[in-house]
Parts: sequence; C-alpha cells; structure tokens
Amino acid sequence: MKLFTKAAAIVAISTSAVFAAGGAGEVTDYDFPFEGPFGTYDQNQLQRGLKVYTEVCAACHGIQYVAFRDLAAEHGLGYTREQATAYAEQFEVFDPTLNGGEGDFRTAAYPDKFPTNNAVGAPDLSLMAKSRAGFHGPYNLGINQIFKGMGGPEYIASLLTGYTGEEKEEAGTILYENKAFPGGWISMAPPLDDDWVEFDDGSPTDLVSASKDVAAFLMWTAEPKLAARKQMGLVAIIMLTVLSVLLYLTNKRIWSPVKGKRDATTPAE
Amino acid sequence: MAGIPHDEYVPSTTGEKWVEKRLPIIGLLYNTLMIPTPKNLNWMWIWGIVLTFTLVLQIVTGIILVMHYTPHVDMAFASVEHIMRDVNGGWAMRYIHQNGASLFFVAVYAHIFRNLYYGSYKAPREITWILGIVIYLLMMGTAFMGYVLPWGQMSFWGATVITGLFGAIPFIGEGLQTWLLGGPAVGNATLNRFFSLHYLMPFLILGLTILKIWAFHHTGNNNPTGVEVRRTSKEEASRDTLPFWPYFVIKDLFALAVILVVFFAIVGFMPNYLGHPDNYIEANPLATPAHIVPEWYFLPFYAILRAFTSDVWIVMFFSWISGGIIDAAFFGVLAMFGAIVVMAFAPWLDTSSVRSGRYRPMFKWWFWLLVVDFFFLMWLGSMPAEEPWASLSLIGSAYWFAYFLVILPLLGVIEKPTPRPATIEEEFAEHYGEGGTGQRLPGEKAATPAE
Repeated sequence: MKLFTKAAAIVAISTSAVFAAGGAGEVTDYDFPFEGPFGTYDQNQLQRGLKVYTEVCAACHGIQYVAFRDLAAEHGLGYTREQATAYAEQFEVFDPTLNGGEGDFRTAAYPDKFPTNNAVGAPDLSLMAKSRAGFHGPYNLGINQIFKGMGGPEYIASLLTGYTGEEKEEAGTILYENKAFPGGWISMAPPLDDDWVEFDDGSPTDLVSASKDVAAFLMWTAEPKLAARKQMGLVAIIMLTVLSVLLYLTNKRIWSPVKGKRDATTPAE
Repeated sequence: MAGIPHDEYVPSTTGEKWVEKRLPIIGLLYNTLMIPTPKNLNWMWIWGIVLTFTLVLQIVTGIILVMHYTPHVDMAFASVEHIMRDVNGGWAMRYIHQNGASLFFVAVYAHIFRNLYYGSYKAPREITWILGIVIYLLMMGTAFMGYVLPWGQMSFWGATVITGLFGAIPFIGEGLQTWLLGGPAVGNATLNRFFSLHYLMPFLILGLTILKIWAFHHTGNNNPTGVEVRRTSKEEASRDTLPFWPYFVIKDLFALAVILVVFFAIVGFMPNYLGHPDNYIEANPLATPAHIVPEWYFLPFYAILRAFTSDVWIVMFFSWISGGIIDAAFFGVLAMFGAIVVMAFAPWLDTSSVRSGRYRPMFKWWFWLLVVDFFFLMWLGSMPAEEPWASLSLIGSAYWFAYFLVILPLLGVIEKPTPRPATIEEEFAEHYGEGGTGQRLPGEKAATPAE
C-alpha cells in the first residue's frame, strides 16, 4: 500500500513536471468581489483601479474599446456624468472631422472612447482580462477553470507582482524576469510598486493591493456588462426551474393513466 | 402521411373546410403534431426537439447580431465589441449565440450516439440517418465559419489551418485553397464569403430538418426495443403508440427546460468557459498563437486529422502505392472526413438483424467503447502534437474506423441476440405493470375505448 502511494506520488510529480514545461507561469488565485455566480464589481475598487490605470498604465497602454461615458454607466464605477466629463478632459483624442476633413486632436468629451496608445507598441488593455487565462487543466480537462474561473484578472495581478528583480539583455532589449509571464522574461519594466499610487479612500497602497485594484478595473473594461449578465442568468435559471417543475408535474399527470402507477393524490378514474 | 394507421384530420368548421379544399395545410400540421409515437420512448428521444429549438435560437440571435456586425477585416473585431458594449442586450445575444453552438453540438452528439445504440439508422430509416449526417456536416461548416467572424486570433489562425487542409489535396489543392479563400491567404475576401455562407447554411439545415422530419414521420419513430409498431390495424397500432401531442410534446418541453437551466447557467456565469482567451485578441497575421486549437466539438476529428503522420505504416503504404500522391497531410484529411462519412454507411455495415443494442450482448460493449473512444479522442485533440498523445490518437482513430468497418459487420454474424419482446405494448406493460389503461387521458376523445 505504502509502495503504491509512493509510486502514485512519483507519477504525479513527474507528469506535473511535464506539464509545467509548457511554459505557463505561476498565477496566484487572488480573490475578487466579482467572482462566483452572485459576485459583482466593487465600485470603490474600480475607482482605485482607474486611478492606477490613469497614473501608471495609461502612459503606454490604451483602452480603446472603453468610452468615457462608460465611467458613468450602471454597475460600473458610479461616477456622475459631470465627473466622467471632467475626467475625459485630461485626454486628447483624434477627430477626423476637424481641420477641413484632415483631422486633428482635440480635448476628449463625454461620448468619446479612450484614445489608443501606440507610443511604445504596448498592447491595448481593454480586453486583456479576457484574452489571458490564468488557470488551465489539469490535463486540459478544464476542471480548474470551473472552480477558479478563467483567471484573467488573477493573471494580471500576478504579473504585476511577479517580478523577481532579475534583468537580462537580449538583442538590444532589456528583459525582466517575471514568474507569471509565459516564458519567464517580459519586456515591460516593473510598472508598479508599493505606495506609487495614493487612494482617496485610504485603502492600502501596497503593490499587491494596487495590482488587484487595477486587475479588477481591467476586468470591468473587458466585461462591463458582468452584473447584468449574472442577473439575467439568475432570472433565467429561476424562471426555467419553475417552468421545469410545472412541466414535470404536467407530464406526470398526463402519463399517469397510461403508465398505470396510481398514487394517492390522483384518484382512479 | 405515416405508414402507421391512425385517425386522419377531418375539417369540421366551414372555415377549415374552405382552407383545406384550397391548401390542405391544417391537415398536414394536424397529422404532423398528432403522429402516432411509440409509447416506450425513453429520455434519449428528446434531442430532436432540443436540436430544432437550438436551430431556431441560433437563427434568431444570429439575425439580430448581423444587424450590428461589420464584415470587414478592419472593423469586424471592433463591431463585435460594439455589440458587447453599446448595443442594448447585445452582450446577451452574442453570448447566447456563441454558447448556442456548443448546445447544438452537445445535442447532436447525444442524438447520433442514441441512433447508433438503438440501431435507428437501419432499414427503413437509412435516408433519415443520411440526412442527419449531411445536417451534421453543414453544422460543422456553419460553426467553423461562424467562429471566424469575430476576427480574433483563433478565428484567423483556425481559418488558416482548416483551409490549409484543402491545400493538401494533390494537384488541385493549392488552386482550390486560393479559390476558397478568395486570395493567397486568409483576408477580407475570406471573411466576406464566410459571412455570406454562415448566413446561408443554417437555412439549408432548416430545409434538411424539414425533410428529415418528413422522412421519419413516414417510417415512424424507432424506439428503445427496435420492434416496429404494429401496422396491421388501427386498433393494434394504437396499443403500441400515443399521439405526439400532448404526451411527447410535454415530455420534450420538460427535458428542454431542464437543459436550458444548465445552458443559461453557462451563459450567465461562465460564458467564456468553452471559448479560447486568444479570440479576445484581434487577428494578427504576423503573430501566430502558441497553440492553435479548434473548439471542443471539433476536437475528436482534429485528433484523427493529426494522428496520421508520415511515420505510420498505413500512411507509408498508401504513399508508396500512390507514388507519393497521397502524403501524410492528405491522408490525415481523408481520415478526418472519412471518420464522418463512414458513419453514413452504418446502415449497410451493420449486418445484425436486431435493431436495438439492448438485445445485443456483445454489441453493447463495443458501442460503449466507441463512446469512450470519442471522448478520448476529444481530449487528445486538445493535447499538443507530440508523444505519447500522437500514438494514443492513432489507437483512438483506429478504433473509430474498426468499429464501423470491422466490428459492426462481424458482430451481425457471430453475435447471438437475447430475446426481444413481441410488441411495444408487451414491453411497456412489463415495465409499468398492467394497472393503467396503457392508453389515453381520461375524458379525451379517444380513438379506441379503454376497455
């Protein structure tokens, strides 16, 4: 018996080593308020995340699919139209209708989308939380994703906290070692650290907290209708469950004379 | 219309008579809805309704999505995000449509395996079965082209890999691939024609579905015993059957409602579980994703496609005998399509005179092994193309073909079936006891009195 468990353990270790060789990084299963069937966004966390994005990420990354008006949308950051407009005015967007059709930059307004940012070739972050998966397997069976979720925001937070401090130069580019990044070396320098961003609500400003806040914000930019979606799911499930019960009872009643299973509640004909 | 004797529709009101004289459509609908159905159908006979419902669901959500979608390489990805963010309820339509494809394939696989187990493909239902295989092929084409439309990374690279299969055909392959793509590589022309065909093919499926319903209403449903409904008299037929309405309509609707609970749980709580994260990255012809993997419903056949590499002896043999025309790539393509086409020949490959697997003691084992093989191949299709998965895929593929080409023909000769009930009525009474009338609702206008 002991031999058997030992053998099983060896098999387990050796196979997990095979799968680790695939290059996927270490992703920590951080808790987020929008997880689970009833979880929704924490408005304050999204506001903190927007602040991190604005002060740090926006230097290199755009969120081109998000509009400033979305900041005042339902189930979102909870800003008023005035606040969202004031926020928009710190950005410049390209307007192709200006300058006699040649286009020019102007101050962003409430209905505009966030500007794209191709300054250093950094990817757009609008959909980053859905285009990365933190959790897989085991063995491509998709079980971890059921219990932990797809892991996009966890991946982002793990990436921001995953720098080891090692650097190397490759073909003229500095690469930074990162535990969460597939392959282990990323060209983005550590973007965030303890107390780099201050929050108005007095929330902790350490690296892990700030990383989680911006990861939550990026989940919102990727899936702004999450709350409405979960509500629809819940309503649909309740209504369809009631319908199922009614149809089950109807079906039983219709078939009972055919099947001849008499029960006390249904008197014989 | 059915071969089973039953009460025909007789128009009673003046209005009905007026219509029936000009277009007998009320009678057609009445006979379709009231078709005598074997009363012993079990819960595996619900998938037809689920499939029909899903087809309508996909067509309706699809038509709405088209109103907001832009088929252009520069705008397609953004227009899907527009649907997800700015269109009222657009996110719901899109997620329902996206996961609806998975519901469609869950149902079609359950339906296919139901038919394989209960021998529903056997005479006289061969045409129904072949129509089903054609519908299944069209479904695969439609799903594949639909997956290209959001123009994400997996859309683009999936399209590149799959259309590349046609390039593997000797002599005409390269020209055929260019013709299919509308250019040397997947581009705007490809997206536009895929969009056009993705809109067309569901309506072909709808037409074939109507033909299929016509076909099996003519032969009557198979049933878990595989014993035919007695057609000798209306009285005997009515003891084996019940009208489709209300008995099976309510039963099927109940099953559909339960399935939709699960479906909406996925749409509501984990809508991206069955998709690939890479498809939220806009298509980029210059960056190949690390793993190009098709959707789950293609994986078993994807595993078969990849299983036949140039070091497999059967591939070497065919390559040698054809003077190198059939290479490994082409052999893989032939094997993948062959794995589906071989199913269409099941009515003639299965030599057993017994229809239902319930009375075939040896067949049962081979059948369930085929089901396991299917899931095994599905899993292998998701694995990287390296050892030991490649060899295991080869074993899985070999069993798939062996089941249809060797096991089904042989079993009919060597197997000794167990006794079958003489009639459906007998089997039903054995299962449920003699307590009931075995027939109609109390107070219903019954064709035959209960006594």
